[in-house]
Amino acid sequence: MIALENVSKRYGSSTVVDDVSIALGDEGVTALIGPNGAGKSTLFGLVGRLLKPDGGRVTVDGMDVATTASSTLATTLAVLRQDNHVAARLTVRDLVEFGRFPHSRGRLTVDDRDHVERALSYLDLDDYRTRFLDELSGGQRQRAFIAMVLAQDTKYVLLDEPLNNLDLRHMAEIMRLIRRMADELGKRIVIVLHDINVAARYADRIVAMRDGVVVADAPAREIMRPEVLGAVYDTPVDVREIDGKPVALYYG
Amino acid sequence: MLTDPTATVRPAPAPAPAPSRLAAAWAQPWARLAALGGAVLALTAVYLFSDVPGSLSFALEIRSRTVLAMLVVSTAVGVSTVVFHTITQNRILTPSIMGFDAFYVLISTVIVFFSGSAAFLAFDQLTLWLVQVVVMVAFSVLLFTWLFGGKRRSIHLMLLVGIVLGTFFRSFTEWMQRMLDPLDFQVLSDAMFASVTRPDETLLALTAVLVTCACAAIVPLRRTLDVLALGQPAAVGLGVDHRRVVMVLFCAVSVMIAASTALVGPILFFGLIVANLAYSWAGSFRHVWTLPTAVLLGMVCLLGGQLVLERVFGYGGTLSTVIDFAGGLFFLYLVLRKGAR
Repeated sequence: MIALENVSKRYGSSTVVDDVSIALGDEGVTALIGPNGAGKSTLFGLVGRLLKPDGGRVTVDGMDVATTASSTLATTLAVLRQDNHVAARLTVRDLVEFGRFPHSRGRLTVDDRDHVERALSYLDLDDYRTRFLDELSGGQRQRAFIAMVLAQDTKYVLLDEPLNNLDLRHMAEIMRLIRRMADELGKRIVIVLHDINVAARYADRIVAMRDGVVVADAPAREIMRPEVLGAVYDTPVDVREIDGKPVALYYG
Repeated sequence: MLTDPTATVRPAPAPAPAPSRLAAAWAQPWARLAALGGAVLALTAVYLFSDVPGSLSFALEIRSRTVLAMLVVSTAVGVSTVVFHTITQNRILTPSIMGFDAFYVLISTVIVFFSGSAAFLAFDQLTLWLVQVVVMVAFSVLLFTWLFGGKRRSIHLMLLVGIVLGTFFRSFTEWMQRMLDPLDFQVLSDAMFASVTRPDETLLALTAVLVTCACAAIVPLRRTLDVLALGQPAAVGLGVDHRRVVMVLFCAVSVMIAASTALVGPILFFGLIVANLAYSWAGSFRHVWTLPTAVLLGMVCLLGGQLVLERVFGYGGTLSTVIDFAGGLFFLYLVLRKGAR
């Protein structure tokens, strides 16, 4: 499990993550929701050792993130950040091969190539392997980055807003893939999402944050209630049932 | 023809009807690197053996020392600029932004200012070299640990402070130079142009040792450098100890640049051209290819530039002018040719 114990992070005088204790990374997909500035990405940064907590401790399967070698953690936990700007000109395959870096330090073995090939076909990128990243559409590029994370072959996968800037079709496509990764490959996925309806549809568990604190943590179904969502986003949210599934209406 | 140093490295155009095998081979980074190596060897031979006025052995002795100095300098400049680009994720910077060149000029100016040009010329070369290396490395490492090693950890802040301090040193230097007497100024400005010819043997050996040590630190990190090109967050996610690796790389870069600047003068000017040419020439983002390509391109620039300077203009200019002119033109050609990519 990814365990946070009394974790805090401050920028200057503002506390972005405030004494959070939570265990993430159970089987299936866990969605992290909340308004902008709730501390979701900061939480990811703390788990993904990009940020140092001002207080508290983060452990991944018992390994303290602060003291365990980065290369060891990278074989257990993969993190995909929001903005993935790459200065170098890489092909899709080059990128996915980087996913094997924690295992082979850049010297690819037959086993590594196998993982790369499987990740490429899993994300339906076989025809694009020699294409350069800057020649791909947003959806294809996002798939390439997810393929890299998949090739990393970790138990836990953290995805920070992977649906940013994607249209409806690609959004659904990526979410279906993520669901499949959890169901078929047994990946434990934690994902930051903005669209609560997407979260309700694809996630097993939803954790809601607001002002640096976890305000709700329950199975998806239980979070989808007007009073819970209204409190999280501080805006009136109506929840209706369509074909037996809860749908939040927040357009006023 | 020797007049165009860039002509020798241009790929031989593959015959149109049967381009398949040749073109396929040419697409391989090793083929391009080998071609470049051939060009460097050819230029070296031309430089060593052509136009010998007197005794061949004497000419060879002098000239091979110059070629060795060129090799040391192009290694330092090529490797450090490529590494710097990868660390900063920016391809239009050179390590000179950290004020290496400015510091070199400042130290020399301070010596001339306070003790006069006669003393400057009589100054013990080894002491001068040591002082300059130590001051340059100390300054850049200090700046680096303060702004990157501490709590801030911001490369951009470090670059910004580097630019501001560099500008400050330059203005300060200019102010001092304005108060020099014309003769002193003449001597000083002569020393401010890079010159690779006839370096002091001891200093050359010392510089070569330092540059080799720095390369020995960088080469094992070549695959990690590839990952660093993905940016800090992704590199950390892939298990790179970003802080430690960047520290090692940066120290190696500082040592190389400081040693070779102290040997031949401000030389970073052609780092930008060489590194960007290398990315284009190598056709691969992997440092296994870009680093040696940058070094060899540096050799082509220095050898070609020196040949043009000596044999065409009869020393009627400076090496930097020749390299910037020819290299700049070739660079523009490459950029515009690939404009559609």
